[in-house]
Amino acid sequence: MSVRDALESGGRPADAGPAPLLEVEDLVVTYPIPRGIVGAARRAPRLMARAVDGVSFSLRAGEMVALVGESGCGKTTTAQAVMRLVEPDSGVIRFQGREVTGLRAADLRPLRRSMQLIYQDPYDSLDPRFRVLQTVEEPLLVHGLGSANERRLRVVEALERAGLAPADLFVDRFPHELSGGQRQRVAIAAALVLEPQLLVADEPVSMLDVSVRAEILGLLDGLRRTGGMGILMITHDLSTAAHFADRIAVMYLGRIVEEGPAQEVVRSPRHPYTRALLSVVPKRDPRDRSRPEILRGETPNAVRIPSGCRFHPRCPVAVERCPSIDPALHVPEGAAPGHEAACILV
Amino acid sequence: MIEPYLQVRDLHVWFDLQGGRSLHAVQGIGFDLGAGERMGLIGESGCGKTTAILALMGLLPPSASVAGSIVLGGREILAGGEESMRQHRWRDVAMVFQGAMNAFNPVRRIVDQIVEPMELHEVAEGKAAERRARELLELVGIPAARARSYPHEFSGGMRQRAAIAMALACNPKVLLADEPTTALDVMIQAQVLELLVGLTAELDLSLLLVTHDLLIVAQVCERAAVMYAGTVAEAGAMETLFHDPRHPYTRMLFGAAPDLYGRGDVVSIPGTPPRLDREIVGCPFAPRCDSAFDPCRVVTPETLAVGPAHLARCHLNDPSVRSAS
Repeated sequence: MSVRDALESGGRPADAGPAPLLEVEDLVVTYPIPRGIVGAARRAPRLMARAVDGVSFSLRAGEMVALVGESGCGKTTTAQAVMRLVEPDSGVIRFQGREVTGLRAADLRPLRRSMQLIYQDPYDSLDPRFRVLQTVEEPLLVHGLGSANERRLRVVEALERAGLAPADLFVDRFPHELSGGQRQRVAIAAALVLEPQLLVADEPVSMLDVSVRAEILGLLDGLRRTGGMGILMITHDLSTAAHFADRIAVMYLGRIVEEGPAQEVVRSPRHPYTRALLSVVPKRDPRDRSRPEILRGETPNAVRIPSGCRFHPRCPVAVERCPSIDPALHVPEGAAPGHEAACILV
Repeated sequence: MIEPYLQVRDLHVWFDLQGGRSLHAVQGIGFDLGAGERMGLIGESGCGKTTAILALMGLLPPSASVAGSIVLGGREILAGGEESMRQHRWRDVAMVFQGAMNAFNPVRRIVDQIVEPMELHEVAEGKAAERRARELLELVGIPAARARSYPHEFSGGMRQRAAIAMALACNPKVLLADEPTTALDVMIQAQVLELLVGLTAELDLSLLLVTHDLLIVAQVCERAAVMYAGTVAEAGAMETLFHDPRHPYTRMLFGAAPDLYGRGDVVSIPGTPPRLDREIVGCPFAPRCDSAFDPCRVVTPETLAVGPAHLARCHLNDPSVRSAS
């Protein structure tokens, strides 16, 4: 993949309060589609998928923002770009007010400590041969931090913050001796041990049993409320986002199509895609069964993004102008401040 | 009242373990499923729900032993062993396996893979079987023109539809669907659930939806049985289970699921389910229960009728146990 970064940074929007922990502006990430051996032999043109196609959002310390959408919407790629695991084609990412998009590997090191990623699958992300102590200590060793004694103290503290108390009960265990929820707590402790300011949690509970999901989500919720950490949560589950996040950004085909305070977005969705998505979310109370508005077909390929509004081919309320106007996020009429949607009809 | 098409009574499954021990995976469950009815079988991983439906299919491994009664269309099919199970497998009772969408043979065309069970079970063959396979694909929402595709040419949602078509190949009366939407996006999930509901109405098919996700069951099924540690903890109408649960596990399971509108706290259930390779004394849920009292830890609860078509297996509903403690 060609690397094109180091773009001039835009001015920070005139905003009340302290600078956001994380600012993402007009992020674009593309990747080539494999042509296959036949395509390569025929010298077929190299196709590019626009996985993230102009995404902007910000996140404050102590805030939880959920990026919500179906597979292929670009939510995970956005998170990976924030973590600098993939190189953006263009756009600006600022962390604590400092642009990080153009940083070289050496300058990224301290940054990597401040941003930690929590993976989806606690059965996959822990090394089965490592005891809990080694797993949680590993990031400290990688960053060359502390003496053996200091490291052990930090491991114990991280485990107890992650709810594995007393830590002595857990340090010598192997992953197979832990439940799914405990494994995810170990993974979270391994992220906390570096005392990050930002946690990026990619579907942190989707592999766990329903009965233990809430405790992991509650743990993350507590970390940002008492620890002042910012959390960017990637999830396909709108109910989880609605319950735990302050803000929800709904993504469709590489763009944020609606963003706002979580309960505003859920209770008065403006974008037709958000409305449809909410109508098919399984509700807790069987009496809440609403008429599902099921969209036909599947999300189109990010290689051929529809013209105008990218949602128009599947939109139940699209009008004649929709295929020709690419709508920008704006505050719809009568919406709460900070609630935006990208649809010309609202 | 019409006799339910499928009646399961006191079904047990044991798996032999090394050293002469055994694991009691299903510990005496029972339920009825009427023609055209949709019922959910809800439970967390390891509760025995998949084992129970594999027993209904007669597809358990040789290390398993089964006891109890399975009556299908008025005939006992379990007592006759493999000989009688085989006559009903796929023809009367069919199953969509968990992950079925990823289990197609990658180098064979979809249509050929749907024809195969028809020929194997002598339902149809040759051109007639292929015609039926195309009809089935249309029925599940895949254009017949795409019948000759290979699995990789289908999206996940389409492969799941094709897996459902395959299960319907021999025109069964009962469809057992094990986590049919777990790996799918919410919109595709809605499409597949809509399809399953439509099929039950169109074909007078009975559906047993097996899943850990009780909110999906709430959307699709009239009734459900909630399983815990190999037993049915509570069974009843979906609305009753939510608004008037009579087993704390049911109440706590709903309480652990976040509500879209942010109502109520979301609370995990502490602890883990008991091991099933040891005898369970008292109520299996007692160690995790927020309402347990002394008898729960020593006396095994009976399944009691707590309302019309509403069963629960909890001492809280038994005045004699409550007053004795």
